[in-house]
Amino acid sequence: MSEATFELDGVPTPFKSGQTILEASRDAGVYVPHLCCDPELGAHGSCKLCTVIVNGRTASACTMKALAGQEVEIDTPELEALRRSLVQMLFVEGNHFCPGCEKSGDCKLQALGYLLEMTNPHWVHFFPDLGVDASHPDVWLDRNRCIQCELCVRASRDVDGKNVFALAGRGIASKIVVNSPSGLLGDSDIAATDRAAHVCPVGAILVKRVGFAHPIGERIYDRAPIGAEVLACDVPESSK
Amino acid sequence: MSDLASIEAAIVRYNANPHYLLQILRDAQGELGWISPETTRRVAARLDIPRTRIDSLVRFYAFLHDTPAGAYRLRLSDNVTDRMQGSEAQLQRFLAAFGVACGETSADGLVSVDLTSCTGLCDQGPGLLVNERAIPRLDAGRVDEIVGLVKRRAPLADWPQTLFEIADNVRRADALLAEPMKPGRALDAAIALGRQGVIDEMKRSALRGRGGAGFPTGLKWEGCRNAPGAERFIVCNADEGEPGTFKDRVLLTRQAERVLEGMAAAGFAVGARRGLLYIRGEYDYLRATLEARLAAMRASGRLGVAIRGAAGFDFDIEIHMGAGAYVCGEESALIESLEGKPGRPRIRPPFPVTRGYLDKPTVVDNVETLAQATEVVIHGGAAFAGRGTRASTGTKVLSVSGDCERPGIYEYPFGVRLSHVLEDCGARDAAFVQVSGPSGACLTPDEFHRAIAFEDVATAGAFMVFDSRRDYFEIARNFARFFAHESCGFCTPCRVGTSLQSDLMDKIAEGRGSHYEVNELMRLSELMRRTSHCGLGQTAGNPFNDAWRKFRPAFEKRLQARDFAPAIDLEAALGPARAATHREDALAHLEAET
Repeated sequence: MSEATFELDGVPTPFKSGQTILEASRDAGVYVPHLCCDPELGAHGSCKLCTVIVNGRTASACTMKALAGQEVEIDTPELEALRRSLVQMLFVEGNHFCPGCEKSGDCKLQALGYLLEMTNPHWVHFFPDLGVDASHPDVWLDRNRCIQCELCVRASRDVDGKNVFALAGRGIASKIVVNSPSGLLGDSDIAATDRAAHVCPVGAILVKRVGFAHPIGERIYDRAPIGAEVLACDVPESSK
Repeated sequence: MSDLASIEAAIVRYNANPHYLLQILRDAQGELGWISPETTRRVAARLDIPRTRIDSLVRFYAFLHDTPAGAYRLRLSDNVTDRMQGSEAQLQRFLAAFGVACGETSADGLVSVDLTSCTGLCDQGPGLLVNERAIPRLDAGRVDEIVGLVKRRAPLADWPQTLFEIADNVRRADALLAEPMKPGRALDAAIALGRQGVIDEMKRSALRGRGGAGFPTGLKWEGCRNAPGAERFIVCNADEGEPGTFKDRVLLTRQAERVLEGMAAAGFAVGARRGLLYIRGEYDYLRATLEARLAAMRASGRLGVAIRGAAGFDFDIEIHMGAGAYVCGEESALIESLEGKPGRPRIRPPFPVTRGYLDKPTVVDNVETLAQATEVVIHGGAAFAGRGTRASTGTKVLSVSGDCERPGIYEYPFGVRLSHVLEDCGARDAAFVQVSGPSGACLTPDEFHRAIAFEDVATAGAFMVFDSRRDYFEIARNFARFFAHESCGFCTPCRVGTSLQSDLMDKIAEGRGSHYEVNELMRLSELMRRTSHCGLGQTAGNPFNDAWRKFRPAFEKRLQARDFAPAIDLEAALGPARAATHREDALAHLEAET
């Protein structure tokens, strides 16, 4: 265990050898916004919301290792603006209608929109023609809401051992595909108990018939903003 | 051969190894014309991989398709230089002759016509690919000839060979291109130097990577040799996709011995026994000749076990083909592609020298870098460092195209001024030069005194010349479309940003833009530059920035005076509603209401 420190927004902050900036910040009670990184499934480095400035250069906090003496900027107006723009990009590339979404209140994208004070989508909407796959009896896949974080891909592969999902295509046309002869979720071997059925940070993959078990107004981010669990410090990671 | 047998043959050729999935699918498609559900099912079962791995490959690489395309697949190169040479007129000629729209297949399944990113024939364009075979110098006569051949369903093998003749166009040769290397010479020189000696000479030469980044090659080789691990690889990056670049095509044609022996010398120095030559799919026609060369090298003891009789010098090279993805030129994306995956750049560090192909220490060097390495081992690092500038040693091969009398390949010692190159190539009226492709920089006459060198104007080799007739706004718009088409989609800023950028440029081109759009483009390019995962997104805003900074009149004449104009044309958007209600009266139009 190293006693080394790095500077986090000017505050000397201890870290354990091998920790990423995101992990070390979390241990120090500082929340860095992120969507594609998960404590269990690891870093991915694609959403870029955890962009920070390390010794004057931008880097992803989820993949960059903390090093002694490093100067890291996390909470600056400039970085907040970059993150807000990225969240707005995620909103306009898909079709996100929060009022009609079962995930509202539990959705990390929505919660980050509030946290980053996003008041409008800013960019021109793409309004892509995606589809809903309701073929499975217990699990629902709505590609309109997918943000391409690949958490479901990783959960199915690394935790469930099933490889139900993959990201296919290129550029703005990339989308999640399902491993089944018909390409439909109903013909795949996903089960509602799979980690992949529960890991989606948005409302793209939902377990059916439990959508309103928790009423609107009593959901995760109705109670406290995203990141509060890190700031509180005494709340362990498992309550995420 | 039946379809099943063709699929099976492709699988067996690569021992059903999933790392060769891209090669297997290329071969299967080559036989069957497309990746059918049957091919997907069969390959997934035989390789024991999820079918989604095949879906993700097929939808990533532009040259693979999971819908039946035409028996003849025509793809016209869509670089700005192709357009300047009249590609649009030839495209229209094809479309009219076959009665299809761009991107579609004819109803009888005979032919499909589409656009593709730069095919590396800029000095002899417009370029065309027919089922991945390249045809240069399209003109009305050639288009008519091709239309006739397609309509007669003439097998591609029977087409006149003159159609496929590609010129090297070497206009200025220096150390590298002056004459072919005597086979075996670089190998003998490397053996004489010894493994450490090769690395010492490489470091002494100060040779820097010619793919654009300019990393010192000797340090890279040393880093790979010192990385822990029993197995190492040498990868030659011949995925020359930067629009306007074609030097690697010529090096692989004229100086293949140097490239291949350069790979072997690198393998000798770092202790690698396998070399992988990754060639972009657009250069498929180079493959057969290179395979023959490799066979000749094996037969003469220049590849294989105990090369040139040196015990322990074992090295062989295999060729991998790409399938239409510019981003694979990025070294970690190229490694992903070599492993049979979509070419998405990896998180770095770790760098390939410690974790590359199959997570083993790997040297990834550009074609030209490896060719230059033979100069270093033969003549020594000091002699090599004596040419060029102090920070950029040796010579650089430039691909010159555009508005000049003598487009082609020019090799100069580093430090050559742009004005010198322009004079040599016969560019009498150069108004600007795009150096190093869309991700590079646009330079205007006040900068023509600047030098080609890592410390001044760095370049991977593209040198596109434009005269005063050309409009940089349109060129920047073409480049914006290129980036949107080639973004791999991994990270948010590039996936969404390149498409937003392209749409904004289109909006301005349509006369619907204002200063609002300019501000948006500035904001986007800054966001992409600062937060993108790899160089593609980081540089995707360069053409816009150059256009705005250096060609403001071209920009401003397209802007509306108003602060903002909506992207949607409301009057036109009401068209479907009018059609549905069968109304064409005055009240069904906007003007009537106001």
